[in-house]
Amino acid sequence: MKLKNSSLTLDDMDLKILDALQQDAKQTYTAIGEQFGLAHSTVYDRIKRMEQHGIIKKYMAVIDAEKAGSKNITAIMTVYTDPKESEKVAENLCDAPEVLEVYTSLSEELLIMAKVVAENQESLHNFIANSVAPLPGVLRIRTSIVTKKFKETQFLIVNDPKKLTFIKEKHNKLGEIEQ
Amino acid sequence: MKEETNLRIFGAVPREKAFYFFTSIGNYTGESATSLKEFVEKIKDVNVKSLQFHLYRGDFEKWTLEVLRDEELALEMRKLQRFNLAVDILRSQLYETVSKHLKHLENRMEPI
Repeated sequence: MKLKNSSLTLDDMDLKILDALQQDAKQTYTAIGEQFGLAHSTVYDRIKRMEQHGIIKKYMAVIDAEKAGSKNITAIMTVYTDPKESEKVAENLCDAPEVLEVYTSLSEELLIMAKVVAENQESLHNFIANSVAPLPGVLRIRTSIVTKKFKETQFLIVNDPKKLTFIKEKHNKLGEIEQ
Repeated sequence: MKEETNLRIFGAVPREKAFYFFTSIGNYTGESATSLKEFVEKIKDVNVKSLQFHLYRGDFEKWTLEVLRDEELALEMRKLQRFNLAVDILRSQLYETVSKHLKHLENRMEPI
């Protein structure tokens, strides 16, 4: 399988390396190389190339907010917009530190979905009332506060159908994907 | 004083200071008011759940006091809040109170 990203074409080995990094970005080039029979210098070159082309955007820690003592609440906000203004609304939402993720969707109406965090319900409401509702083009907003999180993972590139089956089986068996 | 009264009735506050009607936390109806006159009109039409939500949170009192700078109306809002009105009469009571206050202001208004 080959994937093209502007000037860079990814081959199967690149995808495998990306997959390995998404499982554990702290593992060494040598450790990755050992998994796929590559020299660590080859792994290094491929990773650097993918970094330079923006395919690997950054490396970050995935934190369990609850264990870190955070009492924040999470909400999923759906913003119905005037189609002419939706880009601007989405861009404005991206600038807000309270907003973690922003997506647009076209179902019956053009809408924006965003994942929002706030200290409590009051601050969530204040943020939406003072910073989202006044944005030009916002027609109405529906917000659902998350009460229980069942799953949260980072995106995985699955380039091997067998692996996909394996992950699904493992997920069904254990209730969550083992890291 | 009269000029200020005129502004309160007809002048529109900036968009970010408008009153935005929600039915619950984070659920915006799409209705907003930028002046007292518009506010009265919205009371007639907006979902009654929204009136209930804002009245008992003290949002009407806060907006009339902090944005419209109308202490008299803010006091009226506070009184209504204490009555714990049933949903079916909430709208009419609220409309009557605000429209009466609006008429009172219009009578004091300077001709333009």
